[in-house]
Amino acid sequence: MSWIEFIQNNQALMIECLIRHIELVVIAVGTGMVVSIPMGIFLSRHRKLANPVLTATGMIQTIPGLVMLGFALILFGIGVLPALVVLSLYALLPILRNTYTGITEVDKNIIEAARGIGMTNRQTLFKVELPLALSSIISGIRISTVYIVSWATLAGLIGAGGLGDLIWTGLATYNSVYILAGAIPSAILAFIFSGLIGMIQSVFTPRGLRGLRYDI
Amino acid sequence: MIRFENVTKSYGKNVILRNLNFTINPGEFVVLIGPSGCGKTTTLKTINRLIEPDGGKIFIDEKDITKENPVELRRTIGYVIQQIGLFPNMTVEENIAIVPKLLKYPKEKWQGVVKELLELVGMPYEQNAHKYPSELSGGQQQRIGVLRALAASPPIVLMDEPFGALDPITRDTLQDEVRRIQKKLKKTIVFVTHDMDEALKMADVIVFMDSGKILQMASPEEMLRNPADPLIAEFMGKHMSNANMIFTAADFMKTRVTKVSRTTLTLQSIELMRNREVNSLLVINDDDTYFGSVSIEKLRSQGKPGKEIGDMVSDEAPVVNVKDDARETFDKLMTSPTGYVVVLNDDATVAGLITKTSMTKAMGEALWGEMSS
Ligand SMILES: Nc1ncnc2c1ncn2[C@@H]1O[C@H](COP(=O)(O)OP(=O)(O)O)[C@@H](O)[C@H]1O
Ligand SMILES: [Mg+2]
Repeated sequence: MSWIEFIQNNQALMIECLIRHIELVVIAVGTGMVVSIPMGIFLSRHRKLANPVLTATGMIQTIPGLVMLGFALILFGIGVLPALVVLSLYALLPILRNTYTGITEVDKNIIEAARGIGMTNRQTLFKVELPLALSSIISGIRISTVYIVSWATLAGLIGAGGLGDLIWTGLATYNSVYILAGAIPSAILAFIFSGLIGMIQSVFTPRGLRGLRYDI
Repeated sequence: MIRFENVTKSYGKNVILRNLNFTINPGEFVVLIGPSGCGKTTTLKTINRLIEPDGGKIFIDEKDITKENPVELRRTIGYVIQQIGLFPNMTVEENIAIVPKLLKYPKEKWQGVVKELLELVGMPYEQNAHKYPSELSGGQQQRIGVLRALAASPPIVLMDEPFGALDPITRDTLQDEVRRIQKKLKKTIVFVTHDMDEALKMADVIVFMDSGKILQMASPEEMLRNPADPLIAEFMGKHMSNANMIFTAADFMKTRVTKVSRTTLTLQSIELMRNREVNSLLVINDDDTYFGSVSIEKLRSQGKPGKEIGDMVSDEAPVVNVKDDARETFDKLMTSPTGYVVVLNDDATVAGLITKTSMTKAMGEALWGEMSS
């Protein structure tokens, strides 16, 4: 039986795993955005804090996923919650870093013009800095998403479900069909997410900026 | 009216502005000029409170600007910078309309403003309003920068080297446009430059700064004529010679003139005129002061051997002082019955004579440098 036949024969299971996987990614990246974007804005206003905070967030990234999962297991037990906590932590850094640099790299003459013509700090942020940083922020989201699609396979280990379930089952039973049935859809998922976000990015890039900036 | 009262500013130990005192009248085009780092930009930015002075006060229409909300203050003062600073994420229309929108103009009103302003600089609305800054040339971008500053009809506009990055031809066109717009809309403009050509072309009043101090504040003519400091003279460079030649009677006169005492006799005088190949003489008193002039025709018709020349002089020839305005002198020359104007020193002695030839020669020298005669 090939992995394609396996998928055809187990559609209900596949759909369940896929949906759970997507849920994990969307919630983790969503949480990452909700925390990182405001934090990036905050850091751009308090630049002295930026370095320590970015370094600390970077350190999370260097802790091996299995170790993190282990801690989460101890703290939160088995299931979806510990997986989401870990995945959300991993989602933070790319979005945070891209939000911060996106804002701080806006031409300071443009910021001065904004202030000089009488924009408040808030108006400068929302009318000028964020629109100009948006492309960079979305890039960060895209990077996070691609990471998280693959990290989320680990979640299967602590009973959070998703495509990882299939992979871990396959590994436990030396069954390559299971492994492939989990790994290939998750690769395709990463690819699709990346493409979708790329499209969103070009829609949200103002016409005046298109072709002016490269994606990461 | 903008009034600086003892305004000072330091960064650490560096004193940037030293006790600035000056007044800018409504409708004036004032140019701040001086060497790089002398504090022009700092001075400009204290007016819209992008920089707060450490000491002193700035008044706009006799209101202390520190008593006003800086954001609201800035919406009543146009601001144009060298780097243009258009918002790249907004169209030309959105850029121009930004302050009117901040001020909550209704849509019809700000759209009307945008159309009107684009027309003012010859950029038709239909072709340009929906472009993005990146689709415009540098000159067009800065036109939009200027229009953005004008959109909410601020009485005051601050410009910091707005044309510094443009090519000479575009710069020249924009200078003309801004000057025209300023006259038409009666704006008070405070304009920073380090280019004396630009200052002389644009300014009603030039404020010359050095090391955070004002060395001189004067009209372009006055500054050209009487630079208060060698540094200013150096900045003026090539303009100086022109200015001195253009502006007073002394610059147009020839100093080699034939003068005779009033007691000189007729035949002697005729002989002198023949020798010098002149057709008139200037007659002076014993104390060298000017008495009058006499022409060869008059000597021939009225002169008799032994008659003193003093009895034949006329006062037909117009008389001016060496420091008199060149333009008035020119008018007198054109209407002079004798064809020349006599130029006197303050003590009424003769300084020289202006003829049509001396005038033409001086103008030629002003334009093309020293003439080989
Ligand atoms: N934020 C700052 N901190 C310290 N020094 C400054 C700052 N801004 C300007 N200066 C100094 O103040 C001086 C005047 O600057 P500026 O007004 O920009 O000069 P200008 O526009 O005449 O060239 C310069 O020597 C500059 O280095
Ligand atoms: Mg400057």
